[in-house]
Amino acid sequence: MELNRLTAHELLNKLKNKQVAFEAILDALYAHIQKVEPKVKAYARFKSESKPALNPQLNAPMFGLPITIKDNICTEGLNTECCSKILSNFRPPYDATVINKLKTAGSSIFPLKANMDEFAFGSSTENSYFGPTHNPWNLECVPGGSSGGSAAAVAGDEAIWALGSDTGGSIRQPASFCGVVGLKPTYGRVSRFGLIAFASSLDQIGPITKDVEDAAILTRIISGYDPKDSTSVNQGVPDYTNSLGKDIKGIKIGIPKEYFVEGMDVEVKSIIEEAINKLKSLGAISNQVTLPHTQYAVPVYYIIATAEASSNLARFDGVQYGYRAKSDSLIEMYKKTRAEGFGEEAKRRIILGTFVLSHGYYDAYYLRALKVRTLIKNDFDAVFKDFDCIVAPTSPTPAFKIGERTADPLKMYLSDIYTISVNLAGIPAISIPCGFTKNGLPIGLQIMAKPFNEEMLFRLAHAFEQNTEWHKIKPRL
Amino acid sequence: MAIDKETVKEVAHLARIELQPEELEKLSRQLHDILGFIDKLSVLDVGQVTPASHILPISNVLREDEPHICLTPDKALENAPSKNGNFFSVPKIIE
Amino acid sequence: MKYQTVIGLEVHLQLKTKTKAFCSCAIDFGKTPNSGVCPVCLGFPGSLPVYNKEALSSAIKVALAFLCQIQEHTKFDRKNYFYPDLPKNYQISQFDLPLSRNGYLNILSENKTKRIGITRIHLEEDAGKLIHESGASLVDFNRAGVPLLEIVSEPDLNSPQEAFDYLTSLKNIIEYLDVSDCDMEKGSLRCDANISLRPEGAKELGVKTELKNMNSFKGVKDALTFEVTRQAELLESAQVMTQETRLWDADNGVTVSMRSKEGAKDYRYFPDPDLTVFIIDQARILQIKSQLPELPQEKMRRFMRDYGLSEYDAKILVNSKKDAQFAEECIQSYPEKDKKNMVNWLIGPLLSEANSRKVSLHELNINKDEIIRLIGFVENQSISHLSAKIALTQMLDSQKSAAIIIKENNMLQISDTIELEQIIYGVIQENEKSVSSFKAGKTNALMFLVGQVMKKSSGKANPKVVGELIKRRLTDA
Repeated sequence: MELNRLTAHELLNKLKNKQVAFEAILDALYAHIQKVEPKVKAYARFKSESKPALNPQLNAPMFGLPITIKDNICTEGLNTECCSKILSNFRPPYDATVINKLKTAGSSIFPLKANMDEFAFGSSTENSYFGPTHNPWNLECVPGGSSGGSAAAVAGDEAIWALGSDTGGSIRQPASFCGVVGLKPTYGRVSRFGLIAFASSLDQIGPITKDVEDAAILTRIISGYDPKDSTSVNQGVPDYTNSLGKDIKGIKIGIPKEYFVEGMDVEVKSIIEEAINKLKSLGAISNQVTLPHTQYAVPVYYIIATAEASSNLARFDGVQYGYRAKSDSLIEMYKKTRAEGFGEEAKRRIILGTFVLSHGYYDAYYLRALKVRTLIKNDFDAVFKDFDCIVAPTSPTPAFKIGERTADPLKMYLSDIYTISVNLAGIPAISIPCGFTKNGLPIGLQIMAKPFNEEMLFRLAHAFEQNTEWHKIKPRL
Repeated sequence: MAIDKETVKEVAHLARIELQPEELEKLSRQLHDILGFIDKLSVLDVGQVTPASHILPISNVLREDEPHICLTPDKALENAPSKNGNFFSVPKIIE
Repeated sequence: MKYQTVIGLEVHLQLKTKTKAFCSCAIDFGKTPNSGVCPVCLGFPGSLPVYNKEALSSAIKVALAFLCQIQEHTKFDRKNYFYPDLPKNYQISQFDLPLSRNGYLNILSENKTKRIGITRIHLEEDAGKLIHESGASLVDFNRAGVPLLEIVSEPDLNSPQEAFDYLTSLKNIIEYLDVSDCDMEKGSLRCDANISLRPEGAKELGVKTELKNMNSFKGVKDALTFEVTRQAELLESAQVMTQETRLWDADNGVTVSMRSKEGAKDYRYFPDPDLTVFIIDQARILQIKSQLPELPQEKMRRFMRDYGLSEYDAKILVNSKKDAQFAEECIQSYPEKDKKNMVNWLIGPLLSEANSRKVSLHELNINKDEIIRLIGFVENQSISHLSAKIALTQMLDSQKSAAIIIKENNMLQISDTIELEQIIYGVIQENEKSVSSFKAGKTNALMFLVGQVMKKSSGKANPKVVGELIKRRLTDA
C-alpha cells in the first residue's frame, strides 16, 4: 500500500524503526495530491506546481510525520486565511500553541492548509472563498463543514491526519460525512491561542483521523494547559492510548429520545440502531434518556455564536492585515472592505450577531440564550449522573449534494441539530464511521461523555471500531 | 419578531458593512425567518436561571507582571495593507 | 436667575505596571512606533488576553484608598466600536459588574471638608495613538493595551475650583499608593468633565455638556469656568440646550462643539468570553488593605496629633508623599520635644525657598542635619532669625555648612550686654521722641527702638536681649 494510505500509528512505527524516511511519506502525499486534488479540492490555494520543502525537527515521537492544518489555525510564516478574501495573504508572525506542541513533538506542518467554510461559518465547506471541497465518496456531495477540507483530505488519503476546529459540529459532522474519525475535546482541554476565533465560548481544536488510535495519539499531543489562554484548564493530560483495547462490559450508554424523532432519515435511524446493538453485543448497557431542551439548542447556538462572532470579526477592517478596499475616507474603507472581503454567510452571521447584542434586544436574545444554555448544560449533567456516555447520530442525514441547501440558510443551520448541544454544554464528543447508506455515503456514530472524560470516548470508540470493519473501507478516487 | 429593512440597515452600519440594495432586501428576508425561528426561546421560563457566560468553573486566571520579547516593527507591520515608516497608515478620518 | 453648577469628572489613570494589561509587552514610552507590541495587544487573529496580576492588585488598592465597596464577583465586558486606534475594534472594559463602587474622597472647599462621591472605579485597557497627517492618519499601537483605571465621580462638584481641588486630592492619594505617575501632561492621567447648570434649588439636573481635551488641572478649571459662563448666558436668553460634547481650545480659551455624532452610541456590551470571572474575597481585600501605605488624610491627622500642626499646615506638608517623608524625617530628627520650631521652619523659610527655586520641598539641596544645626544657632541665640533666613539661602546656593556661612558673613549675634548697651545708649540719645512715646505707654515705640539698634548693629544684635535692655534702661530711669 502506498505510504499515504497508512494510518499515523502505522507510519510512526515505520519511522521509529527507520523502515521509512519522512521524505518518502511526503513524496507519496504529494504524488497522490497531484492526482486527486483537482477533483476533491481539499486544500485551499493549491497550486499543482508547488511542492514546498519541509524542515521539521525529526525527533521522537513524531519523527517528522506531516500533519494537515485547517486554514484557521495560525502557522508562523504560512498563509492562514480562514478561506476568506478579507484575510488574503495573511501570514501570522506566530504559531498557535497547538502548532508549537506539534513541532516540539517532531511533527512537520504540511505547507498546504485545509479548505474550510469561511471563518468556520458553515456545515458544508461551500462558503470557502476558494470554492467547495468535494466529498471523496461522491464528488457531487459536500464533505460537511466547516472542517470539510481536513476531513476530505484524511478520507481521500491526501493527508495522514489533520486538525480541524469545532464550534457547533465542525469536526464531527464532516468526519461523519467523510467516513473518518473526528473528536471535539472538552472545552478548555486544548488551547485556543492561535485559533482564529469564531465563537470564543464554543470553539475547540481537535483531531480528524483515519482511526481511533490516531485520534488518541493526536489528542494527547495537542492537549494541555496554556498560560496564554485564560479559558484553558490546568488539568493533567492522560495518555489516551491507555484507553484503547479495553472492553466495554457494563458501560452505561444513554440514548436520547429527542434525537430519534418521527420522520428522521430512515437509513440513518437503522444504521445507528445497528451500531448501538453492536455496542450492546460488546457488553454495553443502553437505556433511553432525555435531554429535554434539545429543540432549543439550535436557536441558542445561533444567538450566542453569532453574537461572539460579530465581535471577534470586528477586527477584520483592512487596517493591519488582509484585504483593504480602495476608499477615500476611513469609514468608507471599513464599510467597503468588509462588504467586499466577507462572503454572504459571514455577513449574515455578523449582522445577526450584532443585532442580538444591540440596545433593546440584548435581554430578549443574548441574555435569554445564555440562560437557556445553562438549562441545556443541566440536561447533560443530569444524564451523566447515571450514565457513562450518550450515543446518538452525528448528523440527521448523510452528505447532501453541493448546492442543495445554499438557498436556505435556516435549513443549513438545522443540519447541526445533533452536534450543537455538545458545544453549548462544553463536553467532549467523537464521531466514528458506523456504516454506509445504500448510495455508499458514510454515516457517523456520535459518542458524548462528561467533561474531561475523553478516555471514555476512546474506550468505547475503539472497542466499536476494532469489532467492525467500517474504518478500513476507503473511497475509490 | 419582525425585523424590517430599516433595522437591518442600522445594524449593518453598526457592523460597518455596506450592503447593496439587493443584499439588504435578501438579508432582511432571511434574518426575518431566522429570528422567527429563534423566537422559539421566548416560551421558556428562565426567570431564576443563571446565565452561562462561561461554561467552565474556573476563575481568577492571571499572569505575572513580567515582560516578554516583543515583535519588531517589521514583523508587526509585515501584513499591513498600507504603512508609513513604522506606522500603520489609514485613510483620513473625517469627523 | 441664580444657577447652580453641577460637575462630574471622569478620570482615566494609567497604571505603572511593568507590562500591559492583557499581554506581557513591557510598557516603555518614547520607543520606536510599533516596537512594544505583540499579537495580543495588536489584536491579531487568534490572540487571547490574560490579565495582569499586578494591575489587579493596584486597582484594588486604589478602590480601597477611595473607600469603595469591592465587587466580590467582577468580570470584563467587551465595549464594541470601530476606530483605528482600537486594534480589535472592541475595548476590554467593565460594564455592569465593575471592580468597585460607592466610594468618596474629601476635599477642602471654602475651609470646610466636602465629601465628593465616587460612583465607580473600573478596569479597562488603553488604545493606541493616532497621528493625523494630510491625507492619512498614522497608528502606533505601543500604548494599546496599557492597563487603565476609570474613576467616575458623582456629580457632587459645584464649581470649577472644587473640580480642581478634587483632581489635586485624587492625584495626591494615588501618588501615595505609587501605582501611577498621574501626569496629565504625559497622559498617564486624563480627565473628561460633565457639566450642567440648573436653577438654584431645582432638583432635576440640567442638560449635560461633556468636555474633553483638557491637558492640565488648570485646563480643566479654565474649561469649566468658561462653560459656566457660556451655559449661564444660554439659559438666561432662554435658548434650548442640547446634550453635546465640546473640546477645550486652550490657545483661545474657549470650548468648541464637536460635530454631533450620530445619536447615542450602542456599544453592545457583553461579557468577554475570553476571560474568566474574578472572585475577590474578603481575605484578599484584607491582605491588600494591610499593604496600603498611610494615606494623606491619615498622615495629616497624625501630624496634627503628634506634632501639634494646624490642619492648614499639616495639609501643606502632606500634599506630596516625598515632601511629607522629608518633613517627617526632619521633625523626628529634631532633638527638642516641642517640634514647633522645626515645623515653622519647614512651612516657612524652607517651603519659601523651594517655591522660589521651583522645586519640591524634598528636592531642596540640603540635608536635615544641617537644617537642625541652623535652627540650633537661632535657638541658642548665636544668630538672629533674620540672619538664619539669609544663611539658609546661602547654604542652598553654595552648599556650605551653616557654621561656615555664619562665620564668613560674620553673622554671630551680639548678645554681650556691654557691647549692646553702647549701641542702645546711642539710639536712645538719637530718638528722644520714641523714648517719650514708650514712657507714655506706647509699646510700638519699643519695637521701633529695637529696630534702630538692629540697624545700627547691621542686624547682628540679639533683638530679644536688646528689647530687655532697652526696657530696663527706660523703666529704670
